[in-house]
Amino acid sequence: MFPNQPAVTRTSSSVLATNKVLKNTYLLLSMTLIFSSITAYIGIASGASQGGALIASIVAIAMLWFVLPRTANSTAGIPVLFAITGLLGYGLGPMLSYYLAMSNGPTLVMTALGGTGVIFLGLSGYALTTKKDFSFMAGFMMVGMFVVIIAMIANIFLNIPALFLALNAAIIMIMAGFMLMQTSAIIHGGETNYIMAAASLFLSLLNMFQALLHLLGAFSDD
Amino acid sequence: MNWLQIGSALFGIAMLVFIFPRMRYAMKHSPKGTMKDWLSYLFPLGFIVLFVVFLIMSVR
Repeated sequence: MFPNQPAVTRTSSSVLATNKVLKNTYLLLSMTLIFSSITAYIGIASGASQGGALIASIVAIAMLWFVLPRTANSTAGIPVLFAITGLLGYGLGPMLSYYLAMSNGPTLVMTALGGTGVIFLGLSGYALTTKKDFSFMAGFMMVGMFVVIIAMIANIFLNIPALFLALNAAIIMIMAGFMLMQTSAIIHGGETNYIMAAASLFLSLLNMFQALLHLLGAFSDD
Repeated sequence: MNWLQIGSALFGIAMLVFIFPRMRYAMKHSPKGTMKDWLSYLFPLGFIVLFVVFLIMSVR
């Protein structure tokens, strides 16, 4: 604590700390995105099977739940995050191969990638400029995510195309909410660990990219 | 029904089990938003919907 320090100095040091977390988060996020795109390419080039992709995703999520929270406060968290994002990138391999095999596949993938980037930049800019606290959405977003997962499990067996599209549209909305929440949490000091912040934003981006690609694929002419 | 479907469903159920306590905690402890707060979420959301529609139109 700094009992004799003027309030203005404390505020500016707090702003500096926030800016540092934000800068480190975006730096780590960009590096993990590059790394996961490399592993996604490996997944495509090696012809990764759907089973292999599922196993890679399960291992990545297990590491995200059980390993990352234990290592995020040390430098060991960085290689763990790279391992998680690399596995998740590899898990995208079969899905990307499927869409790239379509006649307008490369356009679809690039449109989904660019669209996700534009939405992310727009939402980050919105959260940073308004400086609004979006923590009030936490309960709503978690319930939304819970309902979507239940519907997704049901649709694995029901195979209803309309439900699939509705779920992907819902995922885009929910991930947009998570991006706003996560960015505002960094700004307001709710998230001070840049490794955890980068992991959360990476997951939101990945889910939004997949959902957008599914929507574009479903509505494309091919 | 193949093992991929069963594996995916089990993975989904594991996610539900993991999310459930966090969802309950978030519902109990997150601050309540006012109408103005929710509008500040709906405002960018409207733009996202329009943007996604634009992207869909561009690939058709």
